[in-house]
Parts: sequence; structure tokens; C-alpha cells
Amino acid sequence: MVTINIPTPTVEVKPLDADARMNALRKMLEIRLTEEKLQEMFLANLIRGTTHLCIGQEAVSTGVASALRKGDTVTCTYRGHGHALAMGMTVKAMIAEMMGRASGCCRGKGGSMHMTDASIGLLGANAIVGAQLPIAVGAAMTAKYKKTGAISVTFFGDAATNIGAFHESLNLASVWKLPVIFVCENNRYGEYSPQHWTTPVEDLSVRAVSYNMPGITVDGQDVETVHAEFKAAAERARAGEGPTFLEMKTYRYMGHSRTDTGPYRPAGELDAWKQRDPILLLKTKMIADGQIDEVEFGELRDATERYIAEVVEWAKREPYPTEADLLTDIFYEG
Amino acid sequence: MPVLTYREAVRSALADEMRADENVIFFGEDVAVAGGVFKTTPGLYEEFGAERVLDTPISEEAFIGAALGAAITGLRPVAELMFADFIPVAMDQIVNQIAKYRYMSGGQFIVPLTIRSAQGGGVGFGTQHSQTAENWLLNTPGLKIVLPGTPVDAYGLLRGAIRENNPVIVLEHKGLYNLKGEVPEDTGVLELGKAKVMRQGRHVTVVGVQLMMHRALEAAETLAKEGIEVEVIDLRTLSPLDTSTVLESIRKTGRLVVVEEAPHASSWGGDLVSLAADEGIYYLDAPVKRVNMGRAMFAYSEPLETLAIPSVERITAAIREVAFAQ
Repeated sequence: MVTINIPTPTVEVKPLDADARMNALRKMLEIRLTEEKLQEMFLANLIRGTTHLCIGQEAVSTGVASALRKGDTVTCTYRGHGHALAMGMTVKAMIAEMMGRASGCCRGKGGSMHMTDASIGLLGANAIVGAQLPIAVGAAMTAKYKKTGAISVTFFGDAATNIGAFHESLNLASVWKLPVIFVCENNRYGEYSPQHWTTPVEDLSVRAVSYNMPGITVDGQDVETVHAEFKAAAERARAGEGPTFLEMKTYRYMGHSRTDTGPYRPAGELDAWKQRDPILLLKTKMIADGQIDEVEFGELRDATERYIAEVVEWAKREPYPTEADLLTDIFYEG
Repeated sequence: MPVLTYREAVRSALADEMRADENVIFFGEDVAVAGGVFKTTPGLYEEFGAERVLDTPISEEAFIGAALGAAITGLRPVAELMFADFIPVAMDQIVNQIAKYRYMSGGQFIVPLTIRSAQGGGVGFGTQHSQTAENWLLNTPGLKIVLPGTPVDAYGLLRGAIRENNPVIVLEHKGLYNLKGEVPEDTGVLELGKAKVMRQGRHVTVVGVQLMMHRALEAAETLAKEGIEVEVIDLRTLSPLDTSTVLESIRKTGRLVVVEEAPHASSWGGDLVSLAADEGIYYLDAPVKRVNMGRAMFAYSEPLETLAIPSVERITAAIREVAFAQ
């Protein structure tokens, strides 16, 4: 029997209003169903390379993105489809990128691990563990120097808290009191290794102590809790009070990457976490409050699925980049 | 005409660019209040304030990555990596991030950042504070690499680097900081990617940068007395590389010597030989010679370090050999 400890919120978690709940539900469904489709496309050889899915973790990206303002920036991980869609990247831009098409968000030059859209503040997903943290610190330097009031958010996994860039970034952000929110998605596994094999502490938020910043462990499955805790951290950052480290306890339903079936999981663990599925939790609250019923939810799900399938058919007809694109974008010319 | 040291030229360039553009900020270890360990940046903190001139923790990976984050969000950061030997500490940010950020996003960003670092030996700093770094970086597309060898170039090329909308690594030679030279008032911003013929000659072309370029000039002086006229080229920028100036010169001389303060393997000296073989083979009248550090490292002990780095005598001998080869 696997039991899941649910962290106690440190701020009051108010229900989001009906529209915000519906938006969060739609977004989490979009992320979930897009990734399920991506997995299917890999098996059908429609996508090359590898992919890292965030199925089960959708409340983190959705809850954070719902508290961002225009001008805020995000760097994130190669498990970044959820962050990108939550911030407003279109399913079209993502799927075309995954299929290597010129109409993809990075014109086919990035792929699954590099989802980037500067126009929405998504400064990029990163394929090197921890490397996105210093970049987020720099974005916060700009915000502070130019007094824009923007905040800089960086997502990373539990395993990244063992890498030097994590420690250097927290230290630098703290000594310079920069508006950075460090959002750790603790999905309990660093690639194939469970957290306790690689990390001598259970709650990673304790690591914030030595950098003299708030470190808060959050129920990462409840989108309203994520939103509330993140919003409080964002308000501190916007008020010039410096960075916060948020540890979101969550769970990765799939393996590390597409070839990993997750044989290392203890029996019952996945099922226990599925009882606290982020979409299920929000849907249950919305049904209880009369904001949706099972039929409407089923319709929303089907419509989202149909739309994603249409996007895939569209992307199949999109052109690939050509030889003319091979040597462009290495340097800015001009 | 003002005469500046190489060190003063660096400082002037940075100050002039900071005056010209308030988006230029400067940070690194002990660069602000202390004015830099090589005293290249005294007074900048006092003139531009704590918001624009910042001392960082000893965290190369973090502050070089932060320079990238600042560059893609609207600033024009200049970061100092004290010794070039510390570049590998920040290598992920330089190679995987800074060099590739524009490319892998499909051109969504410009990356206007400059990294300054002091390299080179001859001053007794030992193996981990003396190396030249350019060859570690040249294998990565997406970086511009500048190696000024004179005060005027230290000034104009650093200004050019800061104006670039691309990442530029400026490697200063710590053995040249006290070198004096004329920096004309109207030097302004020099364009990257242009080599400079430092001495005209018709018998042998010698290519080098920084300390090796100066030693090649000394060798040329000696050889002139023997009737050998040496053309000395200072590449100044290794990426982009000015191949036409080199090819034009060997077309004239038919002979090439490449001098480097670096190990023999995988270096730009080999690239120049490759260039000569690909595009200049019919100009050549003699085998090409490379003078470099072979497999040697920078030792602490003075006699050993002196043996490791190509000396004026070694360079002179190599040029003489090439000059008389049939």
C-alpha cells in the first residue's frame, strides 16, 4: 500500500472562479491529450528522436501559467510540452515542431526538447539538466535593471537540485534579490532513479534554507493550490522581496523517455498517484460545484481529441525546412 | 596621438560603450569595487554605479548563463571570466546554450553578449592560469572569437564585440596588458573578422596572434638583416576567420609559417594549413611549417615555461627553414 503525503498549503487556497477553473481544465486536457497523441505518433514513427512526457504533472505548469502576466518569462526543461502549452503555445506550433516542419515553433530546428516562443515569454525548454536556471536568473536581471515589474520563472526537476547550476543560481538570485521563482517539479524520479537513491533529503524545499530564501513544498496535483502558492511567491518577487523556491510534489505517469516503461516503480505507486490525478481532482471539484457534468466533460475531451487529430493531419501536409535553412540563424546578420 | 596600454585600452572601450548605451552592463568576479584582478576595469563602478557594474560570486556557470538570459531579454551584457582557464567551468553555458540559443529557437532571439577573459602564458601562473582558450571554442559554430594583440585592437575590437548582436568571446592576452601603443582618437568601433598585415614582406608569410604575433615581428626584424623579407599577419579574429588576407599573402610569398601559443592538436593552425592545402596549394613553393607548443603544458618553473612557448629563436629558425626550402 503506497500512501501519498499531501503537503499543507502555506497560503489560503481559494477556489478559482468558474471561468478560471474551466480554462485550467481545458488546458490540462489539452496537455494530456496532446502528449498521449505524441506518444502514439512516436510508436507510428511520425516523430523522430525522443520525447519526455509530463502526463500526471499538468497541474504544475497550468497552475503557474495561470498566475503569470504579460512580460513574465519562463525557462523550462526538456519535459516541457506542458509548460509551453500552458503558457499559450498553440498545439499547431508544437506538433509541427515535433514533426520537424518549417511551421513549427522553432522552424524545425529545436524539436521536442527545445519548445520556445519568445512572443509569449517562453525563453526556451532546455535539454541540459539545470542549464535553464542561470538563464532565468539573467532574465530577472533585465527585469530588475529595467524595472519592468516582470518576474522570471524556471521549471526544473527534482534531479536538477543535485547539479551545480541549481545551487549557483539560487545563490546568485538571492544575493542580488532578483525576481525569480524556482519551480521544482518533484516527480520522484531522476531519469530511472528514485529520489532516495540520489538525494539525501525528502523535501527538496529545505535546500532553499542555505540560500536564505523561502522554500515551500506544495501539493503539485491540485491546480488551485499550485496557483495560490505561486501567486504569493510572484507577489513577493514583484514587490522586490527576491526569489522563492517552490517544490511541487507531483508524479510522472510515463517513463523518463519514450523507451522507458518504468519497471523500477514500486507496485501500487502509479495507481495511488492516479487517485490524485490533477484533471480528476479539478473535475471532481467542478462537478461538486455544479460547473460541469460528466457528459460535458466527455464532450470537452472528445472535442479536444478531435482537434489534436486534425492538427496532426494538417502538420503532415506542412513543408519541411529546406537546404536554404541549414545555415541560417547561426548568427544574426546585420 | 594618445598612447595607451593594452590594459587602459580595454577599460576605455568598455567605458565608452557603457556611456553610449545604457543597456550595456558589466559583471564578473572582483570587477566592480576592486576594478578587476588585472586592473582592467578600475573606476567603472564609480562612474556607472552598482546597477550596471556588479561583482559576482565565484560562480562562472551561473553568471555566464545569466549573461545569456540578460542578452535575450534586452540587455547587452559584458561578463568577465577572470582567467580563460575558467572557461571550461562555464562550458555548458557557452557551448550548449549561448552558441546555440539563436539557432535552436529558429532565430527567435538575438544574443548580444560579450565574454572577456585573460589568457596566455609567460608570466609564471602555472598550468591552470596560463592556457589559451580559443581552440576549445572554435569547434562550436555560433561564437565569434576575438584575440586582440595591440592596444588599438584591444580598444576597437572590444567596442565592436559589444556592438555585435551575436555572442563574442574576447580573449585578452595577460602578457600584453602593459604593452603601450597608439590608439588614435578616431579609432572608434573596429569590425570583427578582419586580419591585419603587421609587416609587409615578399618571402615568407607568418601568421600568429597576440604574443606569438609580436614574437614573429621580432623574428622578422632579425631575418630582415639576412635579406629575408617576412610578412607578418595578425588574424585578430579567429571566428569569423579572414581567409582572403592569408591566401593573398601566400599567393605573394609562396611560403607559410603558422605560430601558436597552443598545443599542436586540433587547433586553428591546422585549419590554416588546411586552408592552404585546399585553396592555396598552387601558390606554395615549400612545405608549410607550424610552430607551437607540441604536447607541452604551461609549467610553473621559468626555464620549462620558456621551453614550452615558441620563442623568437624557434620562430626565427622555422621561418629560415621555410625560406630556404626547395
